[in-house]
Amino acid sequence: MALDSKSDLPQFKVVGTRPARPDGIDKVTGRARFGADMSAPGMLTGLILRSPHAHARIVSIDTSKAEALAGVHAVVTRKDFREITDDDFTADILDNCMAGAKALYDGHAIAAVAASSTKIAREALKLIDVTYEKLDHVTDVDEAIEDGAPVLHEGRSDETVPAGMSPNVLSRYEFGHGDPEEGLKNADHVVERTYKTEATHQGYIEPHACLAQMGPDGQGDLWVCTQGHYMVRNTCAAILGIEQGQLRVTASEIGGGFGGKTTLFLEPVALMLAKKSGRPVKMVMTRSEVLRATGPTASTSIDVKIGMTKDGKITAGFAEMRYQGGAYPGSPVEFGAMSAFAPYDLEHVKTIGWDIVTNRPKAAAYRAPGAPMAAFAVESAIDELARHFGLDPLEVRLKNAAREGTKASYGPTYPAIGLEATLRTAKDHPHWSAPLGENQGRGVACGFWFNFGGDTCVTLNITPDGTVTVSEGNPDIGGSRASMSMMAAEELGIPYEKVRTIVADTGSLGQNEVTDGSRVTFAVGLATIEAARAAKREMCKRAAMIWGIDEEAVEWVDGAAQPAGPNAGKFPPMTLAEIAETASNTGGPIAGHHEANPEGAGVSFATHMCDVEVDPDTGAAKILRYTVFQDAGKAIHPAYVEGQFQGGAAQGIGWALNEEYIYGDDGILQNAGFLDYRVPVASDLPMIDAVILEIPNPGHPYGVRGVGETSIVPPLAAVANAVSAAAGVRMTDLPMSPPKLLAALHAKG
Amino acid sequence: MHYLSPTTVDDAVAMLAAQTGDCRILAGGTDLLVRMKSGFAEPDAIVDIKRIEGMRDILHEDGGFRIGAGVSGAEMSENADLVAAWPGVVEAAGLIGSTQIQGRATMAGNLCNASPAADSVPAMVAANAVARIAGPNGQRDLPVAEVPTGPGKTSLAPGEFVTSIFLPARPDRSGDAYLRFIPRTEMDIAVVGCGVSVTLDENGTCTDARVALGAVAPTVILVPEAAEALIGTTLDDAVLEAVAKACSAAATPISDKRGTVEFRTHVAGVLARRATKIAKTRAGGK
Ligand SMILES: Cc1cc2nc3c(=O)[nH]c(=O)nc-3n(C[C@H](O)[C@H](O)[C@H](O)COP(=O)(O)OP(=O)(O)OC[C@H]3O[C@@H](n4cnc5c(N)ncnc54)[C@H](O)[C@@H]3O)c2cc1C
Repeated sequence: MALDSKSDLPQFKVVGTRPARPDGIDKVTGRARFGADMSAPGMLTGLILRSPHAHARIVSIDTSKAEALAGVHAVVTRKDFREITDDDFTADILDNCMAGAKALYDGHAIAAVAASSTKIAREALKLIDVTYEKLDHVTDVDEAIEDGAPVLHEGRSDETVPAGMSPNVLSRYEFGHGDPEEGLKNADHVVERTYKTEATHQGYIEPHACLAQMGPDGQGDLWVCTQGHYMVRNTCAAILGIEQGQLRVTASEIGGGFGGKTTLFLEPVALMLAKKSGRPVKMVMTRSEVLRATGPTASTSIDVKIGMTKDGKITAGFAEMRYQGGAYPGSPVEFGAMSAFAPYDLEHVKTIGWDIVTNRPKAAAYRAPGAPMAAFAVESAIDELARHFGLDPLEVRLKNAAREGTKASYGPTYPAIGLEATLRTAKDHPHWSAPLGENQGRGVACGFWFNFGGDTCVTLNITPDGTVTVSEGNPDIGGSRASMSMMAAEELGIPYEKVRTIVADTGSLGQNEVTDGSRVTFAVGLATIEAARAAKREMCKRAAMIWGIDEEAVEWVDGAAQPAGPNAGKFPPMTLAEIAETASNTGGPIAGHHEANPEGAGVSFATHMCDVEVDPDTGAAKILRYTVFQDAGKAIHPAYVEGQFQGGAAQGIGWALNEEYIYGDDGILQNAGFLDYRVPVASDLPMIDAVILEIPNPGHPYGVRGVGETSIVPPLAAVANAVSAAAGVRMTDLPMSPPKLLAALHAKG
Repeated sequence: MHYLSPTTVDDAVAMLAAQTGDCRILAGGTDLLVRMKSGFAEPDAIVDIKRIEGMRDILHEDGGFRIGAGVSGAEMSENADLVAAWPGVVEAAGLIGSTQIQGRATMAGNLCNASPAADSVPAMVAANAVARIAGPNGQRDLPVAEVPTGPGKTSLAPGEFVTSIFLPARPDRSGDAYLRFIPRTEMDIAVVGCGVSVTLDENGTCTDARVALGAVAPTVILVPEAAEALIGTTLDDAVLEAVAKACSAAATPISDKRGTVEFRTHVAGVLARRATKIAKTRAGGK
């Protein structure tokens, strides 16, 4: 692609090809072991009793009848856990895993049992007597900050929150530069609107599951489906008051996470049940538990004000964003406020974010946490302005696009970035000029994500027969074992098939950050390349020793050591396999390793384009065509990059059209199942076209940027802009479910 | 829990009569097993009717079809005669679930589960289908419309069960259709459903019609006003508009997580209009 620049990059042999993933056959044949597939001799079933109330004081819990039931080996309540007074973050996780003084949402864990069968465990739950004192509840983000709204916690607001606000407001964030009020004066038109989005769940196929063991010697073992087993180890150790080194955590294969498996819901409880019973305890959530009690993303209410001149220059952008993150601090509003205007080069820009609590489950990360809702609001307003002036929405974005040297609304100045390239490629794509029919509309939107590095360890071992194993510490969600093997093979100059990458347990490597922030191909990839380089240096040294020359006089070419400089041609090259074969005699086994917390994760931008047809009689919106244009830096395995683009788009489409948490007046979740929590099914979606742009990230040896998250940022707005165009009415409230869209069509007349 | 698998209707009746606790009939199990798994049903005994002789048969009878209570949606779709005579009923049963569900789900189960949103029921009611019921007092026939009495409730007496569904003979120039509205394209529950059956004379004038709605009342309802609007006309656009109005007027839905009163009322009319058009075409109308 002409817009890409690959000048400084090596010529790749393996990177950029599409080999089969090492976990592929196991996954399609059902042999792969997921969280619920682990078992141990003498294992018990653990189940959780959950609050039937949205908000209630727990007056008393009587577990005596459950404990007396034959087959019950342990019953656990909050009393079994120690008090955590010095660390609010961990204390909140514990309180979410097992309620303390209050049940804060429908589905909040109240007690747990471990029994010799699921049937007995179910029976035991019924025998636990809980006395609740029901309290008023609030689930809507705007209602939660009104005067007199039910209060979840007293005294949790931090110093950023002005006095006199509801105790449900916990933090305020502000980003930007210039003076938006001043900038708005130069606008020919200003759009000022409020947008709302509902909470959505990541919708991973695999429910949370784990198998816990805790010996009387204080050593524990945990097998778990998670995005980060090091995080599981560290947080469980903190909650249980044990040393991290005494708890070994092994990650299972993972059936999706999307951010939802970056925290704990079951694991400390399973360990406590195992400790109390002296037996291994397995816990597996039902889908209803997943929806009621794990972490969806925030619902939001966002006020936006943007001014534009008649030739399409944005003069100022302002957004005030309210995000509710469930019953505890930590909605992703800070990221929302940082990312809202990130694609644009603005003189005057300001965002304010409010973190708000409600009687809903504690939010967890969801793919680009906080950014999709912010982009929905801002990209909808920009679309409305472009339409107001009759301007091409891609041209308007190009006119205001951030580029190298732009000071981002959240602070930093951008190095080389790919936003313009995605916009220009979109403009030249046949999708943009394809004709539209009656009741059809086209929408575009841009999106941004930061990406991230984080603590990372990789060890690469050369086996005696000259194959290579790579141990890394990040659960493989999107094909990362394949990508690591490819980068190791590339660097070592050997075929992909000669490398096998495994996800090692917490006893085998140092600290590894969770698989999140689109960090793995970037950070673990970087560490894999560095580990391979270390192994190459060692192998050159061994060859030099055999040849009796200086190690500096040896270089690594095409999978073999060869004499260089004045010695060139003196000895035939020694292949990796030949060096491995004699390693025992030249100093012992050969390995390379690399530990780092790499900076330089390049930001990634995307432009999405979507065609929709609206049925004016029913309000049903059908996605006709969808194209993703995104900068990947360098696509190591293009098929998995395309998969990330398509997956993010599919999830964003669901968020835009039908997915939502529906609460009754009683604060009880009405749709705790995949029947009424509507993720798109395959037949709801067209084939999503993925166009990969490659503007290399200077912070990675091969130019990689994270790609996993940006793809969910633009779709909410792209779909809303398309629906609004097709329906002839601006939709500002997600999801645009048929009843809502039909009502809007009827209101328009 | 006991699992019983009788091979004759008499045995099944006797087994049902002998049970004292919570005893359920099992056909495809696509409702029952799901309810058991999620803890909503904990029966003491299950009587599986699929091995009863004749339960899996589709038979020609008096020019119509007798469909055994164990016949799955997939089996109905593969019966060319049935598809030709009652395409609307077959497509309604064929909408239930996915390919896997289709291999098990039955119309009788759909009926006896007594959901107001059951897909095959409006089509069966429009078809004037009759359920054959066996029980301690012998056998009786009951119009399908009279089986459900409310959400989750039927008029079957204790110990009774449906053995077959009868779809009557089709006069020439007849057609039926079923449409439902769901927010997705599949794997969903009808927010509104509408079954229509029409018969035309040689001139294309409608001589007989039945229109039924699902998910807009506690049970599937027949809309005689819609039928009256159709009979004696050639089903032109003005008539379709009148049918839509009659159906919207007959709908008495509730607002819930799946749709509002306004939405269901309006869409009942939209589907009635669209389904009537399809039924008319199938009947050879122009
Ligand atoms: C994934 C999925 C998707 C679905 N999609 C749809 C859909 O799109 N539309 C729809 O309408 N339904 C749907 N359903 C519900 C279900 O599949 C249908 O209602 C199906 O027709 C039930 O038939 P069955 O034979 O499986 O019934 P079962 O589960 O065997 O029985 C259902 C109920 O009827 C009783 N019963 C069964 N047969 C008899 C009989 N002969 N006499 C007396 N009582 C009887 C049972 O005791 C039970 O209470 C879906 C279910 C699932 C799991």
